[in-house]
Amino acid sequence: MRNLERLERFLRTDPRDVGCDEAMAVLHVYVDLVAAGQDAAARYPGVAAHLEACGPCGEDFTGLLLAATSG
Amino acid sequence: MIGGRGGSLAGVERARVPAAELQDEESSAWLRRLGAAGAERTAAERELHAILVRIALAEVRRRSAGTPVNGKELDDVAHQAADDAMVAILAKLDGFRGESRFTTWAYRFVILEVSTKLGRHYWRNPPVALDAGQWELLPDRFGIDPARQAEAAGVFAEVRRVVDEELTAHQRRVFVAIVVDGIPLDALAAELGLRRNALYKVVFDARRKIRRALVAKGYLDDPGLERR
Repeated sequence: MRNLERLERFLRTDPRDVGCDEAMAVLHVYVDLVAAGQDAAARYPGVAAHLEACGPCGEDFTGLLLAATSG
Repeated sequence: MIGGRGGSLAGVERARVPAAELQDEESSAWLRRLGAAGAERTAAERELHAILVRIALAEVRRRSAGTPVNGKELDDVAHQAADDAMVAILAKLDGFRGESRFTTWAYRFVILEVSTKLGRHYWRNPPVALDAGQWELLPDRFGIDPARQAEAAGVFAEVRRVVDEELTAHQRRVFVAIVVDGIPLDALAAELGLRRNALYKVVFDARRKIRRALVAKGYLDDPGLERR
């Protein structure tokens, strides 16, 4: 049901998801890989899965990437 | 001024990181200067603190639409975050292993401080009370077209049944606060004295349970990633 797309996406869980603690522990490494144009998601698929699903950690990722690339 | 709002840095352990082993010169320079004595260290601290303040101010402004914190209080959050991050960075210099640039490692502290502090400040003027349980708003939160909400009523009734019948009281409280009432996860973590990860895990498990129930009832077709 197209009407339920957002709910369906929200409910979909990824078993690779490492959770907040592990993602935040390597966030600086992940961000530097992204900033350098490297495939951070391939190196840290569990972190990528988490950042996709966790709003607060996704915000931290965005904020750190902006800070790291703002010069 | 360093420590001007968040307390003195006196007593913070000096750096003992082998700066010469780092590959990028900028990181080596930061570690060397922060590990030095006297004026060189003071200058490096002031420089880093000024950068942290700039980043924190930019970050709170970027997040301003998603928080009830505003105006001067938002600037205060930024300055407090920069001060606390500075203390943490100096205390944890030994923990920097050169896996990233030093600045990215350091900036992480201030970004995480901003998250934590915005979560705490949320409760000074919360748009919704804890345990409000605004189930009637849930279809809107998931972008259900008002003209088609009757069609989705069975789905949301099943979501509520799972929450009411299959979650523990703690899991139910967390799910309702974050998903039903839209309370930011960091705000709930501050209110309940729990870590972000603990709350995320509760919601993660609830998502799986609800999804399985909706698939079993035929509301969702795809078993999704959880069965891979």
